[in-house]
Amino acid sequence: MEKKPDTHIFDYKTLAAVLCGLLILTAITVGVSCVDFGKLNVWIALFIASLKGSLVLLFFMHLKYESRVLVYSFLSTLFFLGIMISFMFWDVGFR
Amino acid sequence: MPVFHMDNRLWGSMDITQSFFETPAPARYKGILSWLITTDHKRISLMYLFSILFWFFLAILLGGLIRLELMFPGQTFVSAQVYNSLFTLHGVIMIFLFIIPALPAIFGNFFLPIQIGTDDVFFPKLNLLSWYLYMAGGIIAILSLFSDGFPDTGWTFYVPFSISTHTNVSTAVFAAFVLGLSSMLTGLNFITTIHRMRHSLMGWMQIPLFTWSLYATAWVQLLATPVVSITLLLVMVERYVGVGLFDPAKGGDPILYQHLFWMYSHPAVYIMILPGMGVISEIIPVFARKSIFGYKAIVASSMAIAVAGSLVWAHHMYASGMSDTAVFVFSLLTFVVAIPSAIKVFSWVSTLYKGAIQMAPPLFLSLCFIYLFSVGGLTGLVLGAAGTNIHVHDTHFVVAHFHFTMFGGTGFAFFAALHYWWPKMFGRMYNFKRAYIGAALLTGGFMFHYVPMFILGLQGMPRRYFDYLPRYETGNFLAGFGAAFMIIGMFLMIMNLLFTLRKPRNASSDPWGGTTLEWQTPSPPPLHNFISEPEILKYPYDFTGVVERYSKETKE
Amino acid sequence: MSSHSDESGKKLGMWLFLYTEIFLFGGLFVLYAVYFARYTSEFVAGGKELDQLFGVVNTVILLISSFAVAASITAVQRNQQKRTLAGLGVALICGLVFLINKYFEWSHKVANDIFPGSEKLAEGPEGQNIFFGLYYMITGLHSIHIIIGMVLLLVSLVCVKIEKITPTRFALLENSGLYWHLVDLIWIFVFPLFYLVV
Repeated sequence: MEKKPDTHIFDYKTLAAVLCGLLILTAITVGVSCVDFGKLNVWIALFIASLKGSLVLLFFMHLKYESRVLVYSFLSTLFFLGIMISFMFWDVGFR
Repeated sequence: MPVFHMDNRLWGSMDITQSFFETPAPARYKGILSWLITTDHKRISLMYLFSILFWFFLAILLGGLIRLELMFPGQTFVSAQVYNSLFTLHGVIMIFLFIIPALPAIFGNFFLPIQIGTDDVFFPKLNLLSWYLYMAGGIIAILSLFSDGFPDTGWTFYVPFSISTHTNVSTAVFAAFVLGLSSMLTGLNFITTIHRMRHSLMGWMQIPLFTWSLYATAWVQLLATPVVSITLLLVMVERYVGVGLFDPAKGGDPILYQHLFWMYSHPAVYIMILPGMGVISEIIPVFARKSIFGYKAIVASSMAIAVAGSLVWAHHMYASGMSDTAVFVFSLLTFVVAIPSAIKVFSWVSTLYKGAIQMAPPLFLSLCFIYLFSVGGLTGLVLGAAGTNIHVHDTHFVVAHFHFTMFGGTGFAFFAALHYWWPKMFGRMYNFKRAYIGAALLTGGFMFHYVPMFILGLQGMPRRYFDYLPRYETGNFLAGFGAAFMIIGMFLMIMNLLFTLRKPRNASSDPWGGTTLEWQTPSPPPLHNFISEPEILKYPYDFTGVVERYSKETKE
Repeated sequence: MSSHSDESGKKLGMWLFLYTEIFLFGGLFVLYAVYFARYTSEFVAGGKELDQLFGVVNTVILLISSFAVAASITAVQRNQQKRTLAGLGVALICGLVFLINKYFEWSHKVANDIFPGSEKLAEGPEGQNIFFGLYYMITGLHSIHIIIGMVLLLVSLVCVKIEKITPTRFALLENSGLYWHLVDLIWIFVFPLFYLVV
């Protein structure tokens, strides 16, 4: 049936490194928010948030070593969320 | 009817082992507790069957009252306020308590594990919890009737009316929230079951089509339902706190409510119809004695409907004041959904072509399904096209259209499934003649009931109106008659089935000559579904064996 | 084919549940996106009124708690019961601190007459009302999820203690952990969208 998922165990060092990465990214996003890039600001903030989210997903939530079912279904969840938000702008963007 | 097996002499052993009716699970409970605390998917399915039938009949009664009121102009026997509650309750009950759970929760629960050759769903306790949530939702819906007046918003709960009306919307909305949770958990359970518990020899392209359709449905249930959950919660919060997210006076936008609502509720119509299509895909090949035409195309179209159906929600809102660009885009996308639905219809018809057709009530109902659903689908194109939509928007044309798809589609598939699997679920064969008469009355009444509504709609009669102009009198009068025939037909069919329960079990394990796994086990199935290891066919609709058995029998 | 031994099946079920949570918040993010596009300047002004310090501290707290939960899963797989308990304990304390912060933050706002239906919001610009309406809805819903997550972690902690969760059977701990990470994940997006809009 499905591929047997990897029973990979992260060691504490990897997890601590990920935490450090997350904290640094938090500092960066706060720092960047002090500079005014106009409309770009929100996109930069979302980009950094996505990086942080990916770290949490891949390592803390173990997605890096999960079966394909989980990876693809998660990506399609994000895809449909994206559709929901972006298709709204067919309406509100052209009123 | 010599072709179907009422006796057990030829093949299909009578239950040597005891069926799940005699073996409760967990075994320590007896009597009513053996049902209420059961984790057996078959028992839960039967509990769903009877609770859903209760709501179904209540909603039919409410629908009958609406048509009775509309048969004559002016007030006939209920006030306008009660009339508003009648159509609200008819909609809410039919949608949330009947159509959405009917096929997945009853037949999905019963047959999904059997069709994939396993003994139960993956989370049996969660399955029971879903039933309790369903019951709780129903009870909350009833409670909403006894305080502050009946809800009168229509099943869509559109703002700003749903926020400002003094009737008890909050409770009704909360009921829908709980029912949504139940449906979501059922979907979650089905996906996990199909992924993790399939028989080890069954590949993805050997899964029966009904299970495939449930798989597609489950994804929609899972991903769309939370959107309506949060939307309904927002309605409650707005009623209690008044944040103003949908209130133009406070900066909100009421059209966003409609977007959020239809983001769920349009995919939800595919939650309703996809399992119905799955049932038809099971029935047609069995009674045509011919393998299904385009198995892979049907699978792909199920998934395509699930995906494409999630992209078209705003076609309910052409007249809401949203941008013209959105009207154009969503109209275009709507036409795309017609393609996979049409693929299925062509596949069913092609399966029948040059088949050895053996008529039986399930097939009769399936043929009615194909016809009625096609009419529903084609009139959907009239509504999906932005230009024609404006003319018939919110008229009786819409009412007729969605009853053709939801009732003529899902409703007929429900009756077809009931007649197809009844011998398996209860081990008893029913009277064919009464079933035919009931089905014919239902179909005839259906046409009589809804075709006038198409005409009324084209003439401009709005939906949900309490009273109408004199020129709509004839149509409304005729529709009322059709409703009566329909209700009599349904009553006859259900009674015919229920009467069998008084008689001893007489159905063999494979009365129709089916090829999917549920026909390899006694009727009704034993507790763990199979007595011996089921034989997984390389191709799930291979009728060579069945045809051989039947030709042998006719020679004898 | 017994379902009780299939740990990865349970995990699949949990992930499916997480998808529903994503869409539950997704509905609110749809509203955020539309209203942000419409009332950008009011949203920026609203963001400045929120206390960034609270936001940063709560972000750091949640990140640490997520790390603690992830570490406790490593610990349970290595059969280090004490470390597992410690990890869960830290995560629980972090959750509690988060809620306390939230309480102070909200009561400060309420004291300044900023809450749904308040006079200040009713008289102020429309976009401001929407910004704070969404702020209360999203952070409120998120806090409810923190509470649910804490209950799950607490149950896991007890199960580790009485050794119902073992190095070979830890699906409950793993699933509670997944839930907790999701709550963190949502906060990672809530934080810039409310506290850092400029």
